[in-house]
Amino acid sequence: MTTLYTADHEWLRIDGDVATIGVTDYAQSQLGDVVFVELPKVGRALKKAEAVAVVESVKAASDVYAPISGEVLEVNDELAAEPALVNSDAAGKAWFFKLKIADKSELDGLMDEAAYAKHIA
Amino acid sequence: MMLASEVSASPPPLKQTPLHALHVARGGKMVPFAGYDMPVQFGPGVLKEHLHTRAAAGLFDVSHMGQIRLRPKSGRLEDAARALEWLVPQDILALAAGRQRYALFTNETGGILDDLMVANFGDHLFLVVNAACKAEDEALLQEHLSDVCVVEPLRDRALIALQGPKAESVLAKFDAGIASMNFMDTGPRRLAGLDCFVSRSGYTGEDGFEISVPADAAEGFAQALLADENVLPIGLGARDSLRLEAGLCLYGHDLDPATTPVEGALEWSIQKSRRKGGARPGGFPGANAILSQFEQGTPRRRVGLKAEGRAPVREGAVLFADETSPQPIGKVTSGGFGPSLNAPVAMGYLPSPLATPDTIVFADVRGQRLALRVAPMPFVPNTYKR
Repeated sequence: MTTLYTADHEWLRIDGDVATIGVTDYAQSQLGDVVFVELPKVGRALKKAEAVAVVESVKAASDVYAPISGEVLEVNDELAAEPALVNSDAAGKAWFFKLKIADKSELDGLMDEAAYAKHIA
Repeated sequence: MMLASEVSASPPPLKQTPLHALHVARGGKMVPFAGYDMPVQFGPGVLKEHLHTRAAAGLFDVSHMGQIRLRPKSGRLEDAARALEWLVPQDILALAAGRQRYALFTNETGGILDDLMVANFGDHLFLVVNAACKAEDEALLQEHLSDVCVVEPLRDRALIALQGPKAESVLAKFDAGIASMNFMDTGPRRLAGLDCFVSRSGYTGEDGFEISVPADAAEGFAQALLADENVLPIGLGARDSLRLEAGLCLYGHDLDPATTPVEGALEWSIQKSRRKGGARPGGFPGANAILSQFEQGTPRRRVGLKAEGRAPVREGAVLFADETSPQPIGKVTSGGFGPSLNAPVAMGYLPSPLATPDTIVFADVRGQRLALRVAPMPFVPNTYKR
């Protein structure tokens, strides 16, 4: 499994034609305490770059954009019930949703871990 | 996602309070606020800072606010008090020495120009006004009161708020006498060898104090307070969530020049003496409009709103009577997450017939209509020492 990153601080874990998507630890450190997460509906067809989820901290609301196109296969209900997981385990338990990848060529524009580390440095 | 920290803005030159270096040294995340470079949060973050203030004590730098002395040229305090009543609908003449009260500068249409604290220091009045309004407030006072009073902005003083259940025991180490002060008691006191003005008041709903200290000694005094393990520095983020839970207005958001005290549900702040049938009715800007609203009511009114769901409803959200109506009925003026309630809270304006507890209205949030329940304020009971 490879993990890829967007410049907008989402991570994608690629497993065959399924991508699991969340926000990065750097993003949560900037957001502060997360108190609400809004997830997309299962079955929704996403176009790359459209707003798909919302993360709200005490301070502000931030949109999460679809890093690639595809259909929502599954969402993390545990995260909706416990939004603070974003702060405690952004790269793990706080995954947002799983996507059936529509076009694998869209992955080409994403960063690997080293490139993302440079991006936030 | 787009992080707020990545939104670039052309930075205007920002002013610094006397505690600026301390904020930076303590890891404050600095943001522009009312022309000042201020800490929005420290290491623990807004949520923990908020809860710490309600559980122990929080130290807030409010030095950006304006501190103004009004000294009567005649030497008689009542002359200054009477003159200030030309500009505010509150009873200043009856304000006893050593007491302060909440007041409002109003305009000719009855709208609110600023909200402020007025203290009677015996031989003069002492005012604390909002940072964003202080230049206009000083000009207003100069224009209308300079025949009667010396209007003296105190630019060489810092203002520190110490708030929370441990505030009294922390401050009492510097002056045991503060323990006998009650809510809204105020006056000059010597603390740590410094000439301070101490009031038992604040902006969190908690018991606490606001301490005006000479600017050059402010950092040392703040450090002495922070040396107590019960005290943490608190940023503007938690200051906002604390005051929202306490149901307290933020000027420029919940109150503005197009909003009257009656619309703002601030009738309690206007004493009977200044109303119709009182000892000195009217005589302040917008008196006709405001006093007739006491009898006739207003088309709209400020209310507290509790979300039925978990999503915060923030400032600017448009309100509707039901889930489908295209016609807006009001707007949220402050809103966010209340850490002590562990739930979203907001305040906003609704048509007066709907401004009653338990009425359900709907806010548009990202295209969805979220249910809100009109709720009494404060959302979190205050703990003032009366």
